Amino acid sequence: MSETPPSPETAGAADPEAVTIDEPTIGAAVDAALAAIAGATTTAELKQVRIDHVGDASVLSRANASIRDLPKDQKAAAGKLVGQSKGRVQKALAARQDELAAAEEEAALAEETVDVTVPVDRRPRGSRHPLRTLQDRIEDFFVGIGWEIAEGPEIETVWYNFDALNAEANHPSRSPQDTLYVAPEDSGLLLRTQTSPVQIRAMLERGAPLYIACPGTVYRADEFDATHSPMFNQIEGLAIDKNLTMANLVGTLDAFAAAIFGGRPVTRLRPNHFPFTEPSAEMDFRCFSCDARLGLDHDADPECRVCGGTGWIEMGGCGMVHPDVLRSAGVDPEEYQGFAFGLGIERILMLRNGVADMHDMVEGDVRFSQHYGTEI
Amino acid sequence: MPRIPLTWLGQHVALPEDASAQQVATDLSRVGLEEEAIFGAQVTGPLVVGRVLDLVKEPQKNGKTINWCRVDVGPEHNEAEDSPKDPQPGEERPSRGIICGAHNFVEGDLVVVSLPGTVLPGPFPIAARKTYGHVSDGMICSGDELGLGPDPDGEDGIIVLGRGHARGLTGEPGDDAISLLGLGEEVVEINVTPDRGYAFSMRGVAREYSHATGAAFTDPVSTIEVPTADGDGIAVQLADEAPVQGRDGCTRFVAQEVSGIDTEAATPRWMQQRLILAGMRPISLIVDVTNYVMLDLGQPLHAYDAAELVGPVTVRRAHPGEKLETLDDKPRALDPEDLVIADAGGSGDRAIGIAGVMGGASTEVSSSTRDVVLEAATFDTVSVARSARRHRLPSEASKRFERGVDPLLPAVAVTRAAGLLAEHGGGTVSASRTDVGEVAAREPIAFEVDAPAALVGIDYTPEQVRESLEAIGCTVDGEAVAGGTLVVTPPSWRGDLVIREDLIEEIARLVGYEKIPSILPQAPGGRGLTRAQQARRHAARAFAEAGLSEVTSLPFVPASVFDTLGYGADDERREAVRLLNPLAEDEPLLRTRLLQTLLPVARRNLGRGQDSLALFELGAVSRAARGRIEELPAAQRPTPAQLQQVDEAMPAQTRHLAAVLGGTVGPASWWGAPEQWHWAAAIDLAQRAAAAVGARVEVRQREQAPFHPGRCAELFLEDGTVIGHAGELHPKVVKAFDLPARTSALELDLEAVIVSAPAVVEAEPVSTYPLAKEDFAFVVDEGVPAVAVQAAIVAGIGDVLESVHLFDVFTGEQVGEGKKSLAFAVHLRSEDGTLSAQQIGAARERCIEAVSRAVGGVLRA
Repeated sequence: MSETPPSPETAGAADPEAVTIDEPTIGAAVDAALAAIAGATTTAELKQVRIDHVGDASVLSRANASIRDLPKDQKAAAGKLVGQSKGRVQKALAARQDELAAAEEEAALAEETVDVTVPVDRRPRGSRHPLRTLQDRIEDFFVGIGWEIAEGPEIETVWYNFDALNAEANHPSRSPQDTLYVAPEDSGLLLRTQTSPVQIRAMLERGAPLYIACPGTVYRADEFDATHSPMFNQIEGLAIDKNLTMANLVGTLDAFAAAIFGGRPVTRLRPNHFPFTEPSAEMDFRCFSCDARLGLDHDADPECRVCGGTGWIEMGGCGMVHPDVLRSAGVDPEEYQGFAFGLGIERILMLRNGVADMHDMVEGDVRFSQHYGTEI
Repeated sequence: MPRIPLTWLGQHVALPEDASAQQVATDLSRVGLEEEAIFGAQVTGPLVVGRVLDLVKEPQKNGKTINWCRVDVGPEHNEAEDSPKDPQPGEERPSRGIICGAHNFVEGDLVVVSLPGTVLPGPFPIAARKTYGHVSDGMICSGDELGLGPDPDGEDGIIVLGRGHARGLTGEPGDDAISLLGLGEEVVEINVTPDRGYAFSMRGVAREYSHATGAAFTDPVSTIEVPTADGDGIAVQLADEAPVQGRDGCTRFVAQEVSGIDTEAATPRWMQQRLILAGMRPISLIVDVTNYVMLDLGQPLHAYDAAELVGPVTVRRAHPGEKLETLDDKPRALDPEDLVIADAGGSGDRAIGIAGVMGGASTEVSSSTRDVVLEAATFDTVSVARSARRHRLPSEASKRFERGVDPLLPAVAVTRAAGLLAEHGGGTVSASRTDVGEVAAREPIAFEVDAPAALVGIDYTPEQVRESLEAIGCTVDGEAVAGGTLVVTPPSWRGDLVIREDLIEEIARLVGYEKIPSILPQAPGGRGLTRAQQARRHAARAFAEAGLSEVTSLPFVPASVFDTLGYGADDERREAVRLLNPLAEDEPLLRTRLLQTLLPVARRNLGRGQDSLALFELGAVSRAARGRIEELPAAQRPTPAQLQQVDEAMPAQTRHLAAVLGGTVGPASWWGAPEQWHWAAAIDLAQRAAAAVGARVEVRQREQAPFHPGRCAELFLEDGTVIGHAGELHPKVVKAFDLPARTSALELDLEAVIVSAPAVVEAEPVSTYPLAKEDFAFVVDEGVPAVAVQAAIVAGIGDVLESVHLFDVFTGEQVGEGKKSLAFAVHLRSEDGTLSAQQIGAARERCIEAVSRAVGGVLRA
């Protein structure tokens, strides 16, 4: 308890020891206190006002102390008068305290204002390669429909890449103009030209039923240009089960198109020929970019960069797995059947995100990746 | 790929009057003949015949002389009167005035005039324009301007009816010249897949168009009657003694002689025009007829000059070292695998053609040939394909033979060709004909009526099944009822139809792929991404979050990169897989480490203006195979032992994660100088990658190229396996790739790191008793690694140690020459209760004692 000397005004108001407890005296003390509270402009001033008007030496406090000396019959009235008066002053003090503290905090914060538009990136953000991000997203689609993701080596045997896939000994795709082979001549090895060998590996390892998607990097002896690269990425799907039909192939492609391109999926199959499927088909997706996306009854924009005005985008080959392929992979074609399809991830990125030149995807220029960050 | 002029197609199948090339292409695509290109009408608008009435030669200042002409372009197009401002030369008559720079015509000639409104190939729209002081109200056209190419008679200038391009043509002023010259024809070019050789002909495409649209189809073969031969013609022997892949090179050979062909006889204009539209060049009647029949029916034909051909003819494999000059006047060294046609000319056994690919020069027909022997044969697809590829001769014949030609065609085709030579060249068709070899009967296929529905997912009716099979030319025996089995014999021209599924495809495409419903199959439910697949994403994501950008690079490297990176002579990283046919001769190897291709990418980025580097790649690396891959059988499951042999003999392949870090971490900034990438960041990132996949890698000092010998950390797993390196690159490497000074890098075998991660991370209890913090500074020899001191602290303190962290390294006079002081912050906590002062003191003692014993460290006072 510190003893605070009474302030001159209060001290001079009356006898410092005794206070007359009546309406005029107490009323005057209250008025003085309220005036001082209103006049305080900082929390520090207000602190002094509190000491002066409700501190131990203040009129109100002394009046309160004097009550016990009053005759019994006056105590109640005096107590009520002093208590209510002091209450009024305390309430005003609290209100003024809040007001001043808020103003002071506001001023202090204003003082601390900074320019938030200055660059804050001390460490620039990194990025994933958009092909990888897209591949992750495609994988997630297949995982979402209950399939698994299978992988295999990029340096592959001729058997897995061609023979097991029913490619004739003379098939043009085997020529050194198309396929990169490993030395020496009889190594029996090549850089895989498709991810289909992963399908064979998966069938041999896991048997049927089997629902897998096989993403990966593949190689062809192609020269670089805006739409060709000797290295690119594919994702192939393979489903083997009892009673799977081409209708299931169409259903899977429709779901895929919707997941990756959005909109109302329409896919179209056209007859084609591949050694590893029978029946075989070329799959087209309805253009997702121009008016053609609205349905078959809407014409494509003749200038559309995505579909070239045809309304359709060629997406790759597909079909029902050839019985000889199943046999190579140890699956009995009399019991199981299934479908397979292949999609180019670069092609999807080019179409979906408008990448114009294949070079950008393989040259490793960080600006290409940085544009996307970690999402596409 | 074949070009299909619509009028030619329309000869075999009923095309609608208004059929457009686009519509025909769309229809054909539905049955599997993809559109390659569409050639629309080359010329539109008023292209007419005109007669030159008057012609005035006007020399110009520029040295040229122009022809100022009055041309009669027919009553419909003529101006009745001359313009008073620009009267035309000569007597005023209804006509038009045209300026022409060519000089190969005279007054009275009939020419081709493009009037204003015509659009010539280019497109080049024609309008009236003022030139050389006159209004030229149209243009007199040359063959080039009409897209017909150079003049066949070598004439230089405009087309004059009756000569050159317009040989045999005449007309009246005002006649439509588009139809006269055949310039209005639309052509569809299609792509024929390797299984459907029969569609490499008008006959085959017409059949397919009929399948697509239901239009009535007339097989042209049915209109050609092959007369019974009166004995054999020239003697032919089939003597393939070395069949390729066990297949006879020639199974049938038909030869037909035609004599007395008029050497002056020209190919009829309609035939020339069709050849041009189909993409071939008219040459001479004999050659044109063989080409025409080939395009029409699909059977390649060859015509020998009978005067040069010396029987007997033998079909055999080439002799070793044998040579042949082909029709294109190129000498060819034949391969013993080449099937050749030989005769008894020259020294008695000479090659006169590569079977199914190209004929020889010695027996070539010429402008003086009167007598020919026409050859139509059935050659093996593989043998022809290999010869064509070997000699880089993808001829019209080889393209067809490679895909398979109807073996019943040879006699039909020679009959048709001989007939055309008789009709247009006055030749006499010999009554004899050679026909050796056989046409193998087709194997019938047992076919369950319900099979198509089970594979395609459409409930085809038994009628649809039978009708589709019959439409493509199959013979169908048995009753087409649900549950029944048919016996289906494919037609001669469908060599590709061998198994049940082949027939199912035919039914599916004839009924229409577009009718197949869409049903998402219900997979039994997978296990999601594997641990490794998840982990790879986490590692890459961690690097991206740390400010690095992911790139990809081609895996091809030159052998010199190993020297550039400073690998020792015996370094196993030199054992790279080598390509037999690399894309670039100087990059024949596949990378054994990612940095081999990532450093060049770093250099490229700097070259494109980046001044700092923070990039990474997650990609495959390999090491040369040790064993030999055994050959495995096709269409049957290899044995487990065979598969294991293959697996073990394959090159080792794994996925690495590598990063290159150089220059400043960020841009210069208002809050101070930017941080620099350095060796510590490289090691930190390697450990972050490991942490991201749930694993731990430890480091120790190590010299390893391409790193700075004193600033390289070897990264290893708990079991001691080395999985990579991180640190600052050697200054020589930095220089070789033009990198910023002190560029750092890391590379680790990510798959190995992932495998090392525990399958389940065991919990550790969280003690709530109070923490005691103790600091220690030890003076040790400079060569003592910090990690060794730390290990001693860990071992010495034991259970009550919660964490230890090196917070200061100090060298200087105070600690003495060759010494350093390492300061550690140590947190102690017990799981069993509050540590007492005695317990803490005891822990301190153990720590000091352990460090002293392990590395001779002394606690700094």
